[in-house]
Amino acid sequence: MTRYILKRLLGAIPLMLIVIAVAFFMMRIAPGGPFDSERALPPEIEQNIKAAYDLDKPLVQQFGIYLWKVMHGDFGPSIKIRDFSVAELIASGAPASIQLGLSAILLALMVGVTLGTLSALRQNSAADYAVMGVAMTGIVIPNFVMAPLLSLVVGVYWELLPTSGWGSGELKYKVLPIIALSLPQIAYISRLTRGSMLEVLNSNFVRTARAKGLRDHLVVIRHALKAGLLPVVSYLGPATAAVTTGSVVIETIFAVPGIGTYFIKAALNRDYPLVMGVVIVYGALIITLNLLVDVLYGLLDPKLRSNR
Amino acid sequence: MLFFRRKSTLASGNGAPAEAPSVEARSVWRNARLRLYRNKAAMGSLIILGLIIVLAIIGPSLSPHEYDAVYWDRIQMGPDFANQHWFGTDGNGRDLFVRTLYGARVSMAVGLLATFVSMVIGVVYGATAGYFGGRVDNLMMRFVDILYTLPFMFFVIMLMVVFGRNIFLIFVALGAVEWLTMARIVRGQTLAIKRREFIEAAHAIGVSNLTIIFRHIIPNVLGPVIVYATLTIPQVILIESFLSFLGLGVQEPLTSWGVLISEGANVMEVAPWMLLFPAAFLATTLFCFNFIGDGLRDALDPKDR
Repeated sequence: MTRYILKRLLGAIPLMLIVIAVAFFMMRIAPGGPFDSERALPPEIEQNIKAAYDLDKPLVQQFGIYLWKVMHGDFGPSIKIRDFSVAELIASGAPASIQLGLSAILLALMVGVTLGTLSALRQNSAADYAVMGVAMTGIVIPNFVMAPLLSLVVGVYWELLPTSGWGSGELKYKVLPIIALSLPQIAYISRLTRGSMLEVLNSNFVRTARAKGLRDHLVVIRHALKAGLLPVVSYLGPATAAVTTGSVVIETIFAVPGIGTYFIKAALNRDYPLVMGVVIVYGALIITLNLLVDVLYGLLDPKLRSNR
Repeated sequence: MLFFRRKSTLASGNGAPAEAPSVEARSVWRNARLRLYRNKAAMGSLIILGLIIVLAIIGPSLSPHEYDAVYWDRIQMGPDFANQHWFGTDGNGRDLFVRTLYGARVSMAVGLLATFVSMVIGVVYGATAGYFGGRVDNLMMRFVDILYTLPFMFFVIMLMVVFGRNIFLIFVALGAVEWLTMARIVRGQTLAIKRREFIEAAHAIGVSNLTIIFRHIIPNVLGPVIVYATLTIPQVILIESFLSFLGLGVQEPLTSWGVLISEGANVMEVAPWMLLFPAAFLATTLFCFNFIGDGLRDALDPKDR
């Protein structure tokens, strides 16, 4: 197992390099440089500016320098948000984004697995149809429609929670974004859980567990769920990716001061270093979580455990 | 059920040809079609989807308004039948009915074309990997694994930022993102059928690898491919509307459901119809594609039921 984890950790390094390289070179093939829009400068000054940003060196060397800086947490200065470095902006936005993302995944897991299991246990009952109907609705109504609706109904009509903002991070500001972010994931996870639980509940080892007189809830919790959760665990990787992309929208809609908000502003303003920085941070996040999920999967699935 | 009946008639037909002369052998596709016809959710979705597509094609010519015509005196008005603004007008005084249907055209076109791109890449890639097996397969699928863990959505967004909003770029980018799962599915199917006798027979008579892949392997993996393609279309439509919502999708005056929804979401307290109509169209379309996909899966894979 340790070897497997080590192997996966080593495998993550080239992946990170790919992410950084794609981000770097995509920006470089972009038509126009970052200083084009400013008024024409005397050639000597332009030369100095280019030298200050290492733009006068060969591309490969520039990439090396950038890589080196990124490894030291230096993503360069933001072009549009003056006097702030990209690293500072990311550091200021990260806590809110991470809180939102993690809470949304946890909430989606808890609610999704519970709903999916319940509807598998009562297959073809009214409860089953209700859960699956709601899940389908959650899948087809995009979160950029759901989020404004939530804030309109709960925030404006019922006046229960603030419609947007972050305050100083009180819980009431987080409830709506977390719910909006987790709804599509709840839908997917409950469908996945239902499908795999239906299969597991009909399998031999569950029948054996029932035959030896184990009580129903113990059969489900101790035996069926363990096997039934495997597809859900392997879905956690894509789920993280979906939640991070989703958080970009949710943060904008609820005006959460997270990295997603910066990302959108930077993308629309063509603030290349900031866009690159955010993409690299998100990439690192997704790759790390994929790694964790794989390890978790190895721990849960006895078949994989013995192989490695 | 039908599947078994067909087998038994075939079996008895083989034993005693005179016994069942009136029973026609049904092809797999015909069986699947019959199963699909009996699936009410899928058939209902098919009809509704058909209506939406017909509406998207002929709808704009039913209305007296152009999709980019601006009526300065009717800005952001609710549904108004006197002026034939059936869905009302938007913030620039343009007719929302026509714009919603133009959005339908763009969203559907993006969905279909990007799915087609992903299907072509995924099928050829997956079939090649599965068919050659061994080291080739290993290498090709490792590559897919690597791509899987990359934050593709962000690359697509970056692409939009760098190259500007370009509708063809959207097709290509989304197709390039979505082919991965398709390749995996096709590879699995190919592994399952490449040891079958008819492939061996083709080998024996000297058919080239390329011809075997295109003539024998790919037609036989088409079932799951169609199912997955049907489920990819709504995903692509969703991603396109997501990009449009962020302001990175199609450009004015052209529109898509995502653009309309994002405009509507901004003013939903004062002009709810601007959110309601495009969102309803989008949700209905996604619903239909999902139900049709599920129905096709049930129809093409009787074991699964």
